[in-house]
Amino acid sequence: MDIAKIDQIIENHNGEESSLIQILLDIQSEYHWLPKEALARVGERLQVPMSRIQQIASFYKAFSLVPKGRHEVHVCVGTACHVRGAQRVLDTVQDITGIGPGETDAELKFSVETVNCLGCCALGPVMEVDGKHHGNIAPSQIASVLNNCE
Amino acid sequence: MTMLSSPEKLECARKDIVSRIDPTKPCISVCAGAGCLASGAAEVIAAFKTELEFHGLTTEVNTKGTGCPGFCERGPIVMIYPEEICYLRVKPEDVAEIVSHTIKEKKLVDRLLYVDPATGEKATRESDIPFYKNQQRNILSENLRIDSKSIDDYLAIGGYSALSKALFQMSPEEVMGEVKKSNLRGRGGGGFPAWRKWEESRNAPDPIKYVIVNADEGDPGAFMDRALIEGNPHSILEGLIIGAYAVGAHEGFIYVRQEYPLAVININLAIRQAGERGLLGKNILGSGFDFTVKVHMGAGAFVCGESSALMTALEGRAGEPRPKYIHTAVKGVWDHPSVLNNVETWANVTQIISKGADWFTQFGTKGSTGTKIFSLVGKITNTGLVEVPMGVTLRDIIEKVGGGIPGGKQFKAVQTGGPSGGCIPEAQLDLPVDFDELTKAGSMMGSGGMIVMDEDTCMVDIARYFLDFLKDESCGKCTPCREGIRQMLKVLTNITTGKGKEGDVELLEELAESTGAALCALGKSAPNPVLSTIRYFREEYEAHIRQKKCPALSCKELIAFHIDPDKCKACGTCFRQCPAEAIDGGKKRIHVIDQEKCTKCGTCFDVCPPRFGAVRKISGEPVPAPIPEEQRAMA
Amino acid sequence: MSEIHLQIDGKEVVASEGMTILDAAKTVGIAIPTLCHHEKLEPYGGCRICTVEVEVRGWPKLVAGCIYPVEKDLVVRTRSEKVDKIRKVLLEEMLAHAPDAEELQALAKEYGADRDRFEKEPSFCIHCGLCVRYCAEIKKKHAVGFVDRGSNREISFIPEIASKECWDCKECFPLCPTSALQAAYVLAESLIPQPDAEVSSCSCSCSCSGKSGTGE
Repeated sequence: MDIAKIDQIIENHNGEESSLIQILLDIQSEYHWLPKEALARVGERLQVPMSRIQQIASFYKAFSLVPKGRHEVHVCVGTACHVRGAQRVLDTVQDITGIGPGETDAELKFSVETVNCLGCCALGPVMEVDGKHHGNIAPSQIASVLNNCE
Repeated sequence: MTMLSSPEKLECARKDIVSRIDPTKPCISVCAGAGCLASGAAEVIAAFKTELEFHGLTTEVNTKGTGCPGFCERGPIVMIYPEEICYLRVKPEDVAEIVSHTIKEKKLVDRLLYVDPATGEKATRESDIPFYKNQQRNILSENLRIDSKSIDDYLAIGGYSALSKALFQMSPEEVMGEVKKSNLRGRGGGGFPAWRKWEESRNAPDPIKYVIVNADEGDPGAFMDRALIEGNPHSILEGLIIGAYAVGAHEGFIYVRQEYPLAVININLAIRQAGERGLLGKNILGSGFDFTVKVHMGAGAFVCGESSALMTALEGRAGEPRPKYIHTAVKGVWDHPSVLNNVETWANVTQIISKGADWFTQFGTKGSTGTKIFSLVGKITNTGLVEVPMGVTLRDIIEKVGGGIPGGKQFKAVQTGGPSGGCIPEAQLDLPVDFDELTKAGSMMGSGGMIVMDEDTCMVDIARYFLDFLKDESCGKCTPCREGIRQMLKVLTNITTGKGKEGDVELLEELAESTGAALCALGKSAPNPVLSTIRYFREEYEAHIRQKKCPALSCKELIAFHIDPDKCKACGTCFRQCPAEAIDGGKKRIHVIDQEKCTKCGTCFDVCPPRFGAVRKISGEPVPAPIPEEQRAMA
Repeated sequence: MSEIHLQIDGKEVVASEGMTILDAAKTVGIAIPTLCHHEKLEPYGGCRICTVEVEVRGWPKLVAGCIYPVEKDLVVRTRSEKVDKIRKVLLEEMLAHAPDAEELQALAKEYGADRDRFEKEPSFCIHCGLCVRYCAEIKKKHAVGFVDRGSNREISFIPEIASKECWDCKECFPLCPTSALQAAYVLAESLIPQPDAEVSSCSCSCSCSGKSGTGE
């Protein structure tokens, strides 16, 4: 963990307390999780109590308090995807990776999350792997997508 | 970069941009909205660039990534100007042919045109496609005309002229008056008249005021705001600055969810471009009016779409709603008067000022003026974004624009209003789309999600789905919402898994009543999906509870798969593909499903060749005993 | 301060500006039940047991008595069939978590709430937030906070702060209407590094014991 990097992120937001969520988002995108030292540093620099940081970090879905896998698999479970079989997509992802939503495997290869809507409703069911959308995905195509992840 | 320090300079710059556009020069516009990008639009754009270079046509032909035109189902969508040829589902492999045929020889690539499923007729231009023809695309049509990353394109189509008009030809009161006359109601959910919030804020004595764009589009199944902010970010910004001028605010926020990365990029870019041109910041267009705006990314919380929760989040806190006994228009962000409107509302403000309230009110009904954008999704032939005048019937949207239900299935219900809305049945389809009419029917306009459901959708499961969604999305602060949702979800889960009891429906109704005591609108409206499905589909609840039957054959615990021995041709398809190895088959042996091993994944049902149709779903009746071994051999 | 005339349960009440319905009712001896309310703390409006019916310009609505400010000519009903029914359900929902809480049991008697109506999920906490708010607003220590959201929301001590501040304070303990707080503290205590003991080497920020942290 590079404290200077955290300081830089805080600087980018002028060290403003109201930018707490924005700062945490930047840290999350840098490290793919919120390391404890980073949170402590943010609390110290912004003069924000740890209880508030902890609440925010656990309140918003974008944050993770544990390290994430190298590949982030998001299965959209928005209504449009739900009525078009998102549950079967999720079941298949679970079968292949061996982990359920919110979990990361022991090798830190995959993290699986459900998301409430990616806004590609016309293409449902949708799965997103490392930021790339796979629309109209059939359960039978999932293995080949995930097998391409190293 | 020239600063546009007066309205005259703005008009000069516009003339200059327009004069450089040759209307006869071919232009290839590819939708670069999120939907088409997910279908491979980026690869198509890249292929066009390579192909044009190969033919030495880079200077003669423009290529452009535009905003979403709405027909996501058929993406990636390519438009060729000036002929306005519309190609659908274009793949990188098609690009060479488009360039050599259409661009060079002015011939059509027939197979990429829209084909009317009913008549088999082909449509060349976008405006000939029924999906578009039956819409009134006041706002969405601009998406197609501009490169969403180019302020010049926006200026070319008249961008920021509404702002110039407001700042130089109208007083703030006149701007307010025009919006009031238009009777613009908030497009984000409740349909609260926009001018009322504005006026309340303006009249509040506090000199520090804020205007805010709510782009935290959280309703699952809705993506109108995404398309607007990605496709035409300047129109939102322009509306916001106009609103700020009317209200007397000098600072604004755009709260956009981080799940929409392209929207975040495009709006930030638009803010930078507008600042560089003097359309944001100090002394806008030389008018003496100052306004700055900041983008705040939402970190993933549905509840933040609620205005007071959004404002709490803007302050850098967990997005818990606050009691609104004093309106946020008077006491909002950091207790200062704050006007919050959603993306589509702000986009409408720009048009109202530009074209006038009288122009605006010619669309829609008396109580609900203007047009509304819906995201028409689910079990519908043409999925995508649809803009229609308020007052058209749900039936027209679903049948004329949406093209009906695919696969010869029966329509069952349409869900509007997201998790706070409800399901509307066939009998109510002639209802006009209007804020008040939808509320009367037990649903609501919401932000515009319209999810179509067919006979295969279980309405009890839909109610369960929304409660499951809300269980995690409630902030958890107040008891009726947190605990009411928890208990309602338990009852619904029991019903959909065959553990329902007599009295469950009444219990749901009682729990629903208690959520009326919740702190915010999200909690108060949480039982709507339950109440509306009970109201219109009570018999489905009763079938689940009494006969342990799911009439839609959808609830896993209540269904079984069975191979009809008279129809099975022992082709082996299901046998090979069953992931649970639950099918006993073999050459010329009628296949049988081992009910103990079956995980009800439905693979056998999907893969059984339609000409056999041997796999059946059963619910509410015993599974027929497997055919005796000696009878399984086929002749 | 200006006088505001309103009606509570048929009684004419004269209140002053800034008072809540709860305050105004108290002045005429009408008791509205509360669980998350505390005089020294900012109004919270979380438990909703103080829900009352009001009529504003002829429109009935349900509001939280502990935060709703008095208004001229407001008509308030602190007991009605609807209000009682809602309080009963809310109590039953809370009793599923904290069946033995005395305050809840007394109210349950009053409103005919069935302690066993809903399946027990003894997490004890009813999310009144008294501990969190008292520690933040009065003590300004922020040793206990909320985590997560929706039905997963709970209270949790911050071990690093609790280890320094809580031992000699514990003023929040008697505020807790259930036994949740003590339980949470005992849990936190086990995680609190003893003075001079070796600092936990876990770098993860969950509340794991530091031995088997995923961050290693």
